[in-house]
Amino acid sequence: MPRLILFVPLVLFLILGALLWKGLSLDPRELPSALLNKPFPDFNLTALRNPDQPVTKNDFAGKTVLVNVWATWCPSCRDEHAQLLAIAKEGMPIIGLNYKDERDKAITWLTQLGDPYQFNIFDQIGMLGLDLGVYGAPETYIVDAQGIVRHRHVGVVTPEVWTDMKAMIAKGWADAVQ
Amino acid sequence: MIAELGGFSLILALFLSVVLAIVPLSGTITGNEIWMNYAKPLATGQFLFVLVSFLCLGYAFVVDDFSVAYVANHSNSQMPMQYKISAIWGGHEGSLLLWALILSGWTIAVAIFSNSLPLDMLARVLSVMGMVAIGFILFMLMTSSPFERYLPNFPLDGGDLNPLLQDFGLIVHPPMLYMGYVGFSVAFAFAIAALLSGQLDAAWARWSRPWTNVAWAFLGMGITLGSWWAYYELGWGGWWFWDPVENASLMPWLVGTALVHSLAVTEKRGVFKSWTVLLAIMAFSLSLLGTFLVRSGVLTSVHAFATDPERGLFILVLLAITIGGSLILYAIKAPNVRSESSFSWLSRETLLLINNVFLTVMAMTVLLGTLYPLLIDALGQGKISVGPPYFNAVFVPIMGLMSVALGLSVVARWRNTSLEMVRQRLWKPAVGSLLIAAVFPFVYGDGFDFSVFFGMAISLWVIFTVGLEFVWKFRHSANIGKRLSQLSMSYYGMLLAHLGVAVTAIGVTLVSVYSQERDIRMAPGDKIEVVGYEFEFQGSQRVKGPNYLADQGQIVVRLDNEELTRLKPEKRQYNVQRNMMTEADIDAGLFRDLYVALGEPLGGGAWAVRVHYKPYVRWLWLGGLMMTLGGLLTVTDKRYRKKVINGKGEKYA
Repeated sequence: MPRLILFVPLVLFLILGALLWKGLSLDPRELPSALLNKPFPDFNLTALRNPDQPVTKNDFAGKTVLVNVWATWCPSCRDEHAQLLAIAKEGMPIIGLNYKDERDKAITWLTQLGDPYQFNIFDQIGMLGLDLGVYGAPETYIVDAQGIVRHRHVGVVTPEVWTDMKAMIAKGWADAVQ
Repeated sequence: MIAELGGFSLILALFLSVVLAIVPLSGTITGNEIWMNYAKPLATGQFLFVLVSFLCLGYAFVVDDFSVAYVANHSNSQMPMQYKISAIWGGHEGSLLLWALILSGWTIAVAIFSNSLPLDMLARVLSVMGMVAIGFILFMLMTSSPFERYLPNFPLDGGDLNPLLQDFGLIVHPPMLYMGYVGFSVAFAFAIAALLSGQLDAAWARWSRPWTNVAWAFLGMGITLGSWWAYYELGWGGWWFWDPVENASLMPWLVGTALVHSLAVTEKRGVFKSWTVLLAIMAFSLSLLGTFLVRSGVLTSVHAFATDPERGLFILVLLAITIGGSLILYAIKAPNVRSESSFSWLSRETLLLINNVFLTVMAMTVLLGTLYPLLIDALGQGKISVGPPYFNAVFVPIMGLMSVALGLSVVARWRNTSLEMVRQRLWKPAVGSLLIAAVFPFVYGDGFDFSVFFGMAISLWVIFTVGLEFVWKFRHSANIGKRLSQLSMSYYGMLLAHLGVAVTAIGVTLVSVYSQERDIRMAPGDKIEVVGYEFEFQGSQRVKGPNYLADQGQIVVRLDNEELTRLKPEKRQYNVQRNMMTEADIDAGLFRDLYVALGEPLGGGAWAVRVHYKPYVRWLWLGGLMMTLGGLLTVTDKRYRKKVINGKGEKYA
């Protein structure tokens, strides 16, 4: 019996190995297929700047928007911020999803660094993030005028990424209702 | 031509590794001494050829040979020379070559400094290290050769090194880290050799101990440097992010810490043998796993290496063979005998075992947190994120318990300690640390804060117990100087490293709780006060660096209306990759850092400016440095230089 205990590390390693092998075929930067080309999940949360103002997905229906997941605890979001400001200046509407954050800190951030967002969804416990399949901040989604999720980008939106996104938006989607 | 020479030399190194892995080991089985004697020259040859290969790549960087794809992707003619050289390990292929160089370096070091080892043991150890080298050199040659060419149309200039990596910290951080990672291969090789031969005794522990301590010290230094680099280079003053890549280096360090202690027990008391061997296998396995996680692309990380599933698969197979193989060997051959020496429930053995368990649990917790997103994903449950809240919630309490046991184990005696003795000697440090920690937040801060109380209590507990233990050593000595020289280097190393733990803990606690941060728009002439320091923004000017243009802010810092320093944070744009880099400027001090970074230009000469006040942040790295020095000191101990004629059955009490 004691001899069998010595096999425990081996068994644990085999399980780990199987997991890693499976992990190789998964792309962490890819959206779970469950949501791609599916409607943006329903939610009922409040606006960041005004705790009394409810926001739902109807608030950004009717136009193609970027939904940007960010938080003040996220270092890369700081790097990304300048690019978001530039995108907003080009006229692209960006909806912020303030993820697992503190309201005061987030408002201060926007006051100091500039506010590229049309409005911000305040998702303190991360429920909407969970529905969306957020892996970590920052992430950016393209949601079309019908509220369908069309693309997901994990990580910082760089000028190059934005160029790709613009091309994608300009091209439109074949099954989109006009 | 030179690049081809490098590739060719690497192939030769591979052949030598294959021979090294087979011939000396076969010699130990057949008892052929000549074959065993081949181990040393083969290890030397392997090292020389990897070194030639490394130098060839370095040459290609120095002369800007952009027909070599790796050079073209990671260098640029405008780059300063020191960064051209450090760019050798600035990417995946080159850092693997550095890995291989360090591995063959450790191999030859074992060959040179192991005159006291019996021939068959040395042959086994070097053969095992040869096997590891085969895996890595083969990996490089098959999936990631740094010597591939862009021919016939090669770029006129290179794509530049990521500006984040153009920094002193990145010149020294990877080599240190790899010294640690790869250094654990020596402990691993000793463990495998011991399993193969069945000679798992105190002598074995004594041989592998200095190597393990050195590797552990380097890894700690590497982690410390990485944290320091992130602090000043990423521009927002954070020093640890629980990023997968950081976790990948922390896990082997934690297990390595357990191994260092477990080896001590095995050497002195001849117990915990199976456990020590398992830790040695685990420490190296986690180093390999770290390599896999960073380079395979299974996890997203800020340290993006070019990832590639083919490489991932190769490393996974490599992991399966190395770790799987050694664990099978472990399961079959690990000693199953009951240890010959006994110890009571209250003894240094027990306490060290408890600490070992804590350290291993911490490593497993980090592993779980790192892999959890992957696990959920693999089970088809969607994607989730595990962030600092998880790690802090599980790490901090275990760290606290471990520090309590640390203080106890320093004072406890081998074999058996009386409860009375523990009570007598420890009530003072216990009461003292609790009292001071309770008062501290009132004096330093502005009211009670549990985190500060907790952090200070465990840190002071460690300092007091270690200090008292040191003083206790002098209780019978009239001549202090003589007593000082009697104590061994290992003992001083132990004291220093444990004090380092406390120093780091103080730094972590105070900087986490008492940091002040202001993000503010500042026009020329604007002033802001942070914790009594006045910062005046005097505007910004354009400056030109060797391969970048920068806006350099000028900020005068005053304390009580007297000018203290001028800080010049920069916002740089690098010429080739065009990305913006924040270069913070820091006025460093033992008790506080003043940290200023430029955010975005806001028009009219105004900038978003970030000002941090970071108390005791240096203590974080100071503690890391102390642990490193402590680890290195133990190796200078006299007893490791003693010749051992026959390694069997010898014991040191």
